[in-house]
Amino acid sequence: MEIYSVPANLAVSDSGFMFLSSTGETFTLNEIGQTIFKLIQQGNSLKEIEDKILFDYDINQPSLEKDLTDFIKQLLAYKLLEAK
Amino acid sequence: MKIAVTGLNATDNPGPGVPVIRSLRDVPNFDGKIIGLVYDSLEPGIYKEGLVDRCYQIPFPSSGLDHLFERIKYVNEIEKIDLLIPTLDSELYSFVKMQDKLKAIGIKTFLPTLEQLNIRGKDKLFDFCKENGIKVPKNILVTSINDLQKIPNQLNYPAVIKGIFYEAYVVNNFDEAVTAFGRLSIKWGFPIIVQEYIKGDEFNVVALGDGRGNTIGAVAMKKLYITEKGKGWSGITIDDICILSVSKKVIEKTKWRSGMELEFIKNLKTNEYYLLEINPRFPAWVYLAPAAGQNLPYALVRLANGEEVISFEKYEIGKMFVRCAWDLISDIKFLEQITVKGEC
Repeated sequence: MEIYSVPANLAVSDSGFMFLSSTGETFTLNEIGQTIFKLIQQGNSLKEIEDKILFDYDINQPSLEKDLTDFIKQLLAYKLLEAK
Repeated sequence: MKIAVTGLNATDNPGPGVPVIRSLRDVPNFDGKIIGLVYDSLEPGIYKEGLVDRCYQIPFPSSGLDHLFERIKYVNEIEKIDLLIPTLDSELYSFVKMQDKLKAIGIKTFLPTLEQLNIRGKDKLFDFCKENGIKVPKNILVTSINDLQKIPNQLNYPAVIKGIFYEAYVVNNFDEAVTAFGRLSIKWGFPIIVQEYIKGDEFNVVALGDGRGNTIGAVAMKKLYITEKGKGWSGITIDDICILSVSKKVIEKTKWRSGMELEFIKNLKTNEYYLLEINPRFPAWVYLAPAAGQNLPYALVRLANGEEVISFEKYEIGKMFVRCAWDLISDIKFLEQITVKGEC
């Protein structure tokens, strides 16, 4: 069960604006990105996030699984997330 | 207290004089007088209302130290200057050489020694960094076009061709290198520095050393927008421990006595920081430092006055600056006065 955490040098505002204070880089999350990121911050595992999104949104599981994996990969690549 | 400041050329290649004065004026209950010293009657800083109390034109250092000193002596007879803060690279050697003479007529400075100034020169930086375990791009010094032939052997294209004081060009082949060499040698003299090109993001640090190896303050900034001239037009404070510790190491090793700016590049491939340059004065973006909680220009004034200054421990992260081109409206009378009388 994969669980991720938010790096200490990342500031995330309610609007989904992210500021990585060690590099000065900024990023913006869209609405679904914000929802997923909040679930990560709350300590949910990928499986738990998947279940919640499937419940709240009209999306099939294979698509969600693929999109979620891609999203996590991007967050990790930009150092916006750390594997616990 | 009367403080004279140079570098009021707030143009698209801005000097640090205006932000240094702005930092001082931001100090609560600041009751000093600011004397602007300009080389050109159109330096924008003197046209900004409320920035300087008086201004005087001074001769370029290239016209001779005696000439420059005589003019400052004249200004001092009228104004009784307490402290002089030179802010431009090209004039620093002259003011460092004049330190004792200035002191003799009652003008304090807070400057490095000639030796310290030389250590961080663009032509000496490579050796200093190697000796102190600081990562620095490879470089070679050239004084003739024939020397440029060494580039493919010792470095690869693209390479960076830099003037001894200012300006740099990224060149992709021998022909471009020759053109850049010609431009820079005419303008800034020799040697010309050929530096390894490193692709990555630029980061800068503004810092102040007390002359005993201590860092009084240091603020790190990432450039968010860079002009065609390579000038940071927008930036944000960051909390990168790596470049701050390198900056403190430089101040400790050189026992730096003044403000300084350190320019770094973060290699995109390796994520390693390379020290590109050490500028021996505050940068044009120094106002970001007081805005983030470290008024380094005012700390310099206090050090120059012999006060004990406690080092700043922290600063606000995520504080931004964005430059703005803003037309100042003036009158021909003002231009006439500074042009004809050399003072206003």
